[in-house]
Amino acid sequence: MSGHVHRDDFGSRLGMWLFLVTEMVLFGGLFIGYSYMRFKYPAEFHHGGSELNATLGVINTLVLLTSSLTVVLAIVAIQRAQKKLAMAFLSSTLVLGVTFLVIKSFEWAAKFHHGLYPNSAHLATLPPGEQVFFGLYFTMTGLHGLHVIAGLSVLGVMLWWVATDRIRQDRYIHLENGGLYWHLVDVIWIFLLPLFYLAA
Amino acid sequence: MSEYVEHSADNQGEHHDEHPGYGTFIRVWVALLILTGCLVGASHLGQTYAVWGLLTLTPLKAGLVFYYFMHLRYEGPLFKVVVLVTLGTLLIFFALLFSDVAFR
Amino acid sequence: MSTHASTAQPSYLVDTGERKGLMAWLTTTDHKRIGLLYLYSMVTFFFVGVGIGFVMRLVQLTTFQKLITAQTYNALFTVHGVIMIFLFVVPGLPAIFGNFFLPILIGAKDVSFPRLNLASWYFFIVGAILAVLSLFTGGGAPDTGWTFYAPFSLKTGTNVSLAVFAAFVLGFSSMLTGINFITTIHRLRAPGMKWFRMPLMCWALYSTAWIQLLATPIVAITLVLVILERFFGIGIFDPAKGGDPLLYQHLFWIYSHPAVYIMILPAMGAITEIIPTFAKRPVFGYKAIAFSSMSIAAVGSLVWAHHMFTSGMSNVAQMVFSLLTMVVAVPSAIKVFNWVSTLYKGSIDFQPPLLFALTFIFLFCIGGLTGVMQGALAVNVHIHDTYFIVGHFHYVMFGGTGMALFAALLYWFPKMWGKMYSKKMIYAAWFPMFIGFNMLYFGMMILGVMGMPRRYYVHLPQFHTMHVVATVGSWFLVLGLLMFFGTLLYAIFKGKKAEDNPWGGVTLEWTIPSPPPLENFEEIPTVTHGPYHFEQKEAK
Repeated sequence: MSGHVHRDDFGSRLGMWLFLVTEMVLFGGLFIGYSYMRFKYPAEFHHGGSELNATLGVINTLVLLTSSLTVVLAIVAIQRAQKKLAMAFLSSTLVLGVTFLVIKSFEWAAKFHHGLYPNSAHLATLPPGEQVFFGLYFTMTGLHGLHVIAGLSVLGVMLWWVATDRIRQDRYIHLENGGLYWHLVDVIWIFLLPLFYLAA
Repeated sequence: MSEYVEHSADNQGEHHDEHPGYGTFIRVWVALLILTGCLVGASHLGQTYAVWGLLTLTPLKAGLVFYYFMHLRYEGPLFKVVVLVTLGTLLIFFALLFSDVAFR
Repeated sequence: MSTHASTAQPSYLVDTGERKGLMAWLTTTDHKRIGLLYLYSMVTFFFVGVGIGFVMRLVQLTTFQKLITAQTYNALFTVHGVIMIFLFVVPGLPAIFGNFFLPILIGAKDVSFPRLNLASWYFFIVGAILAVLSLFTGGGAPDTGWTFYAPFSLKTGTNVSLAVFAAFVLGFSSMLTGINFITTIHRLRAPGMKWFRMPLMCWALYSTAWIQLLATPIVAITLVLVILERFFGIGIFDPAKGGDPLLYQHLFWIYSHPAVYIMILPAMGAITEIIPTFAKRPVFGYKAIAFSSMSIAAVGSLVWAHHMFTSGMSNVAQMVFSLLTMVVAVPSAIKVFNWVSTLYKGSIDFQPPLLFALTFIFLFCIGGLTGVMQGALAVNVHIHDTYFIVGHFHYVMFGGTGMALFAALLYWFPKMWGKMYSKKMIYAAWFPMFIGFNMLYFGMMILGVMGMPRRYYVHLPQFHTMHVVATVGSWFLVLGLLMFFGTLLYAIFKGKKAEDNPWGGVTLEWTIPSPPPLENFEEIPTVTHGPYHFEQKEAK
């Protein structure tokens, strides 16, 4: 049925932006919940934040910011028909994204090791506000982590399409949309850093 | 289905011919790194600075990513309106929620 | 408008692709077929919901309590709510008539993302299947009510997790439809179809789509939190761990109140199409209706906490939300006045769709005005969680959205199937429906003012008479519904062939054959005037 091809790059980007609207509101709901709880338990959130490893948080921020840069550079490379360069940029994004996840998993593992996870016996002994803090910490970073994984899968496909010339100088809307998604994941992390790691 | 897209009524915001180069984005990236440094620095100065850093520097960083990396700067007004409507809605949700929490 | 003497394209109901029969339907990307897929599945769920409601009314005739236990009754009202809200009223008009007619009304061949459109239907069906599965698996059918209030939803042993996940998937379907509609309206309007030349149904769908985008993710994340809470005990809604159930109520209603406007706005849009056609007059106050749709969408998103007046909110919030709730009545009233003014001095052609449109206005006014009553704090405290609420929202949802959906179905039926139904049978179905409806739901409102709490399995003797009245009303209502859908079903197979423009409508869908050809238009029309251009037509 859809034998003919019609292209509406602007429409595709509009669709992607509208999807990003839903993502912003999704995390927005969590941020609203966070501020609600932080207002209720300022001291406990302060103390909870001091348990987190701020150094790892900052390193991960730098990793993710750089991975965002390489995506946008890959688009510039495609616009200039520099296919190899574009693939190199995209590959570095993938590597950086995986690095982010690895660092994140070390961080989570350390928390589990200290008994700081939902429903743990140790957490139950802490004041209620801190239990909520760690509940939110795992929920929000976990959901963000899922988005990183989704973004990496999308960009992996993009890399494949660049390699096979499905994405090329005159047709790169998919790469743009994949990039938009990745940047949004980055923006969410930009907010998570001060809310959790720098809260102390 | 066919090539009727060309007639569509609003053609504003089609892609410009000249695209920004590598340099622009690398400069933005450097700015982002510096802002992150400032944010971390502010958080060490004490609670007040940390909160103000959170409230000013974080939106600024997010704004840079939206404006440059996500190409909002190079798009027509529609996408900017979409983003502003979204953020405005969240802000209103937040304010109304706090009409309960803050006065309970 | 050109005539279409030669129809080169076959009707969309004829299989033209490689696949035939059922497979051709399940893999279609044609917005019209997807609209029908939604229609068939939703009407099925609607009748499941009706059946459950029917049984619930029987339980209130105390003799039937031997068959239904209290726990089953809890499951019944939960499932009735979940099915009716998430599977019928919320997606109803946009998914059925939005899909079928939005592209035609703006002169396009399809929506912007046809494959995404089909994917939305599959999300809908998967969500529906999960919702049904949740009844029979796990710890039994959920018993929380459709609102899934914490902390009970966190603690109950019934299968809340799966039901909540089903609602999450259905929300996804709704968001994708919203994305599709907004993009379609921005990108695929025919040449000359300026924003203020769009039929008002499109404005209604546009505002609805924005609420779908801006509110649905909030309930999605809330439901995810409920699931996380049940599996991992993260503690955000659990008071024992420092969480706050009131936060759940806030987040839930931030979506679920605007959801009421997701339900009613497209209904109002459909009514706005029907009234001018049968009054043979341009709609009164086009821009007022268009902007009132947008302002209902905006203000309607800011009233959610009026569901929580007795939950222990701050006094400031109570007053703020009470005021905002009253404000939202203004744009709704603007629409009602405009419809009535459109009819005034029109040359009225009384046909079944107009009958149902007028029924909508009547019932919606009762529902809307009782809504303003509840916005007042003092009244709200008295009638909170009584049958008054149940009566009120059935007036809005069933009397409003439901009747508008029936009106839209009657209005566009000849276009969709190219067949005409028996008008006499529809009039005959209307009588028991209308009488039964008011006996049932007005009876409930009276019960509520008397003090009957909602969701109770048993009632005190002084409520019994009204319960009997309401239950008998439900029998009339179901009879009317069966006659209504029976007539339409018969017409699909055995109906007389319909003309291309049986009602004398002037919007674009009436310029193409019935049923519409595969790509809607032989050639994309050029629009030179507003949508309700009756005078010029007469001059021709």
